[in-house]
Amino acid sequence: MKHLLFAAGLLCATSAIAADKPQLTVYTYDSFVSDWGPGPQVKEAFEAVCNCELNLVGIEDGAALLSRIRLEGENSDADIVLGLDTNLIAAAKETGLFAPHSVRTEYALPIEWNDETFVPYDWGYFAFVHNKDAEAPGNFRELAESDTKILIQDPRSSTPGLGLLLWVKAVYGDEASAIWEGLSDNIVTVTKGWSEAYGLFLEGEADMVLSYTTSPAYHLIAEDDASKAAAAFDEGHYMQVEVAAKMAGTDQPELADQFLEFMTSDVFQSIIPTTNWMYPAITPEGGLPKGFETLHTPEKSLLLGADEAAKVREEALAEWLGALSQ
Amino acid sequence: MAGRTQPVNPFPGIASAAVVAALILGTLAAIALRAEAGQGFGPADWAALRFTLTQAVLSALISAGLAIPVARALARRRFPGRSVLIALLGAPFILPVIVAIIGLLQVFGRAGWISDAFGLFGLPPIRIYGLHGVVLAHVFFNLPLATRLILQGWQEVPSERFRLAAQLGCDERSMFRLIELPMLARILPGVLAVIFAICLTSFAVALTLGGGPRATTIELAIYQAFTYDFDLSRAAMLSALQLVLTTAAAYAALKLSRGDGFGAGLDRAIRRWDGGKPIVDTIWIAIASVFLLLPLMSVVISGLVGLASLPVVVVQAAMTSLAVAALSTFVLLLMALPMAATIATGRYGFVDVSGILGLAASPLVIGTGLFIVLRPLVDPTSLALPVTALVNAVMALPFALRILVPAARDVVQRHGRLALSLNMEGRVFFSRILIPRMRPQIGFAAGLAAALSMGDLGVITFFANAETATLPLQIYRLMGAYQMQAAAGGALLLLVLSMTVFWLLDRGGRWHAEA
Repeated sequence: MKHLLFAAGLLCATSAIAADKPQLTVYTYDSFVSDWGPGPQVKEAFEAVCNCELNLVGIEDGAALLSRIRLEGENSDADIVLGLDTNLIAAAKETGLFAPHSVRTEYALPIEWNDETFVPYDWGYFAFVHNKDAEAPGNFRELAESDTKILIQDPRSSTPGLGLLLWVKAVYGDEASAIWEGLSDNIVTVTKGWSEAYGLFLEGEADMVLSYTTSPAYHLIAEDDASKAAAAFDEGHYMQVEVAAKMAGTDQPELADQFLEFMTSDVFQSIIPTTNWMYPAITPEGGLPKGFETLHTPEKSLLLGADEAAKVREEALAEWLGALSQ
Repeated sequence: MAGRTQPVNPFPGIASAAVVAALILGTLAAIALRAEAGQGFGPADWAALRFTLTQAVLSALISAGLAIPVARALARRRFPGRSVLIALLGAPFILPVIVAIIGLLQVFGRAGWISDAFGLFGLPPIRIYGLHGVVLAHVFFNLPLATRLILQGWQEVPSERFRLAAQLGCDERSMFRLIELPMLARILPGVLAVIFAICLTSFAVALTLGGGPRATTIELAIYQAFTYDFDLSRAAMLSALQLVLTTAAAYAALKLSRGDGFGAGLDRAIRRWDGGKPIVDTIWIAIASVFLLLPLMSVVISGLVGLASLPVVVVQAAMTSLAVAALSTFVLLLMALPMAATIATGRYGFVDVSGILGLAASPLVIGTGLFIVLRPLVDPTSLALPVTALVNAVMALPFALRILVPAARDVVQRHGRLALSLNMEGRVFFSRILIPRMRPQIGFAAGLAAALSMGDLGVITFFANAETATLPLQIYRLMGAYQMQAAAGGALLLLVLSMTVFWLLDRGGRWHAEA
């Protein structure tokens, strides 16, 4: 009983201390807050400098994250939203729930970035990952003509799936529909999310899987396995840029600004490569971790602007459905 | 209580049913009220509806159709390891979807065991992706459930009927006509309705095994409406469509499954003197075992390596999952027992229909709806675990009722008149007669509910933060972090824990009975 009282007292005391500190709430996707994601390290590093408590709330994926914000609206508990990608920016801006940022820095992105609301924190190229011992096609046309079997994700339920849709659209425009028809006999199946597809690829269910050029780095660095590679497509690779923004209705505007600054700092950026397995938005002083130099760097980077991506999405989705439903 | 000729007080059951209906319809209403006018019902939705119905009907018919000979074989034969086999048959049902998909494809996929075996003889790999793949996966999930439910029906036939039939020298055919067919006619409609409803809300399984957007289900359209389009009115409309379809199926099942039971018996252990040809039963049991156990074996084999190096947080998550499962099972019994008693009186059809609604409600709709309702009152993330337990209980309710209702009906029929004449009504009848008589069914229902709650990702994704993770959520997180091996280890841990809980509860219910 005495122990119980002591424990209860301790609990009250710690929560009292915690209540004294200002709280910053960051909504993000689930894999960011997981024990294997950047979350735990980011929380520790930011709390060491901010004299505050950082609450990370994980919500499924980027798209579900934006829905949650729209559901909560102006009364949202979030001060920061971290984890939207370029394809979601147009819809996010439309809500009017986000405030401009004050971060001024030089990004290591292969494209110009001057959005006033959204601050990028990491990025990557979509690519088909395969085993090195297998021959990989050099572009979508070669892929369509080959017998290579691929696993992809559904653009209606997954961000990489949507990325592939826009990749094909960005390269082929009006011909996209024909490309998808050509690809239809290469596609083993379409999965709900990235995990199912990648898991099935590792089980040998297909020759290639839609993922990122940085995926082989995971196998190389974490598992000491150099057998995976990303297929280099000469049409260029579509990019994913992940961004964060401050909520207009935040009750901690200074702290939120401080977090966005911190996000572009060396500490945060050097956590990203080996936890999120993406390129940091600003190359840390020590450079990229050993192993990243082996990755394929596309010569051509593709990315539709936020408005254009939102505009072509509907049409591209209809083409995709039409070509693959026959 | 004049005018009542049965000893059950129906009101607790009606109240439970009202709570369930309020939860499911209320969350839907909450979403509809928040919605602005959205996209209507387009041609793509008709295609999705057609596919959803086709696969659900086929899956239900084939699962139940195959379950009849398997259950019959298990009812007629006694062999060493029979009870272990019956317990293991429950396993496919409780695996997290993503684990089950990978396990199935390790056996039936392009690079699966069967294709590999074909390759040895120079044959091409089997083509699993398509409507037949979707149905195969759904049969894998639901055949065990159907088998258990139908087997239960066989075991509820009073042993005196078999004794009499044996004395009269009934052959296999007349045995089927006189005893087994009437029993099946009573049990099957409910089984079909439950499986139909489960398959109606399938999403990841249907899409992956279906091989692409041809296999689009309504549930996928709901997901898309919620996340990518944020079209709440469309999500509410599609979800209402699912509810209507399920309610119609449940209602039809209810109408069809009327019929008298076998009357009173002396509750003696069942012995069978008939039996037909042993070889036929052996073949059925063997086929079902191989079909169901091979994918489980692949889950076990993949998991063994990862099990040794399982991170501590995964073990902690397993503890959380056990706590949620315990709470969820408690809530389930609290709702299901009075509801089963009320349904057993044969009067309150609404209670039965509301019990099946849990299957038709997508976790996405319940989760979002609860979120909208709770948010003005409390911080929803602080209620993550209780809410998950409650929703899991509601989702397990339809299964629990299918298990409990036939037994409850028999008890009320057999003992009702005597109890009434002894003035044992209401609470006394419930606690002294009904509950003790139904112990095996209660154990089975509790075991199934606990195992389902363990394996279900459910609504936790809506409310979880970094600290409150269940085991299935941690498995998904591991996969999302490329750690497929550790995830496989976690899946094996989940499988073992769920099966143990299931086995303990199921066994606890019938420790003195023949099984």
